[in-house]
Amino acid sequence: MLTDDERLAIEREVEDCAHKREACVGALRVIQRSRGWVSDDHLRVLADMLDMTPEELDSVATFYPLIFRRPVGRHVILVCDSASCWVMGYEDLLRHLQSRLGVGLGGTTSDGRFTFLPVACLGACDHAPSMMVDDELHMDLTKEKINDILQRYA
Amino acid sequence: MAERPLTGSIRPEVAPDISAYESAGGYEALRKAVKGMSHQDVQKVVTDSNLRGRGGAGFPTGQKWSFVPMDEAAPREKYFIVNADEMEPGTFKDRLLLECNPHQVIEGAILGAYAIGASRAYIFLRWEYRLAEKRLEQAMAEARERNYLGKNILGSGFSLDLRIHTSAGRYICGEETALLSAMEGRRAVPRAKPPFPQVCGLWGRPTIVNNTETVANIPPIIRNGPSWFHGLSHTGDAGTKMYGVSGRVGRPGVWELPMGTTMRELLEEHAGGMRDGYRFRGLIPGGASTDFLVEEHLDVQMDYSSVQKAGSRLGTGMMIILDDKTCPVGMINSIIRFMARESCGWCTPCREGLPWLEKVLRAIETGDGRPGDIELLGEHARLLGPGNTYCALAPGAVEPLQSGIRYFREDFERHIRDKRCPWR
Ligand SMILES: Cc1cc2nc3c(=O)[nH]c(=O)nc-3n(C[C@H](O)[C@H](O)[C@H](O)COP(=O)(O)O)c2cc1C
Ligand code: SF4
Ligand code: FES
Repeated sequence: MLTDDERLAIEREVEDCAHKREACVGALRVIQRSRGWVSDDHLRVLADMLDMTPEELDSVATFYPLIFRRPVGRHVILVCDSASCWVMGYEDLLRHLQSRLGVGLGGTTSDGRFTFLPVACLGACDHAPSMMVDDELHMDLTKEKINDILQRYA
Repeated sequence: MAERPLTGSIRPEVAPDISAYESAGGYEALRKAVKGMSHQDVQKVVTDSNLRGRGGAGFPTGQKWSFVPMDEAAPREKYFIVNADEMEPGTFKDRLLLECNPHQVIEGAILGAYAIGASRAYIFLRWEYRLAEKRLEQAMAEARERNYLGKNILGSGFSLDLRIHTSAGRYICGEETALLSAMEGRRAVPRAKPPFPQVCGLWGRPTIVNNTETVANIPPIIRNGPSWFHGLSHTGDAGTKMYGVSGRVGRPGVWELPMGTTMRELLEEHAGGMRDGYRFRGLIPGGASTDFLVEEHLDVQMDYSSVQKAGSRLGTGMMIILDDKTCPVGMINSIIRFMARESCGWCTPCREGLPWLEKVLRAIETGDGRPGDIELLGEHARLLGPGNTYCALAPGAVEPLQSGIRYFREDFERHIRDKRCPWR
């Protein structure tokens, strides 16, 4: 079920924890990093390693917007919809992104390239509007800039 | 130029490294503390400095630490946690410190842990701060190499294990008791106080949670002493403050300035005034969970008591500007929508009340507002105020709403009367 690398990375998360469940967010993310999301089967295996019931672990996993319990696209777009970005033109950009991607917030493009989600203030309000694609922060967004950025992700 | 102990040594174009930090006096405070000061000595200097929490509530840091049991019978395990979950809309000060001055945050965490006798410290970091995580990891490795961290620090007998806890989103995780639930691997739901975390925190042990900026202030305070810290400020609240401005201004940004710098100076000098073609209408002084202030308040000094006297809160000290081409109802709606989504759902007034407020605001914004809606909003803002909910998320959420209705009532009325948003 788990690769050796995954198992090792999870064991490293759990190492030295007074209580194994302390490491559950880290462990969930190990799976997510290699698989893109956390399936029911993986959740059960993880729960076992963390001394939690699958239900307990799922209640934590589903609390977090950045733990995915459903498959996502190859890239995840997190668009900031908080106050400064809203003032700086979020709604226009949202419409633009929606029409470029052909899906709304929460959706995945039909080619499986992007999943598109809202996110809390990215701490880049002096360069609003902003969004993240995977690990990368993009700031001072305009429609043109968004078109360029989207092209960079296959 | 005034002294800037938090950001003065930052060179934005180069990645931070330990030698540069040391040559600017870094880790001197740690050496001084572990070699010649008792835990109580460190606490006393911080208490005398009058440092107040920079995470939003402004609680005096030394006083917070003083509740941690320090006698022989105190639990052996105690924890010190740096709150780096920064998610308050409009707030982008901790990111700068974490990315560009990680060693100072780390040194502050070691000193804070030393002050309360903690053997383990954590940095609770939001996942999205990827660069900060990389730089913190590198800085921690450097600090370990030089024995500023780890076993028997600088031969003092004090040992500390520092770790990063990377979170996975959700604004409520930054609330200090929700943060503790999150760290224990539970849903990040706040806990009842008392017992306070200082006595019964992570895993039931004494725990201190301090904001990143608060923590970064500790090394220079230990190095230079309380009266130096008082001297940095324009007012009775000591030190410098990370202030920021976002919105339609000339140069949005974040600056470290003397505590008590006025809103006008921030807006006009540092942020370059309003952008061409935009007029100032109001501002939220300290992140989205603070009350609106308007033109007549611009000469108010940005410190805890002055902003409070003006009817708002210093909060995070990061202002969001409302301009004349932006709809106040829409802006408030965006804040309430955020808070409704980010609510943890534990207590009914917040879980049910915020989505309901959002519905009414959206109706007003899209032309479906009804006479009486404004009174309804005001009434429910009161019901979600302090004392009626389990944590401060809901009372914070309604601050911009209640003051927004006060200052921009005509705009609300116009939406309802004309059955449309005048800005769309
Ligand atoms: C909903 C909510 C979110 C919060 N988020 C943060 C945060 O991201 N960072 C932070 O330092 N404090 C945050 N706080 C404040 C913390 O509860 C706590 O007061 C603070 O971390 C204490 O640090 P200080 O005494 O150094 O200010 C939040 C509070 C609430 C109610
Ligand atoms: S006020 Fe809101 S966020 Fe705070 S405990 Fe209640 S439901 Fe959760
Ligand atoms: S509001 Fe979007 S980055 Fe802060």
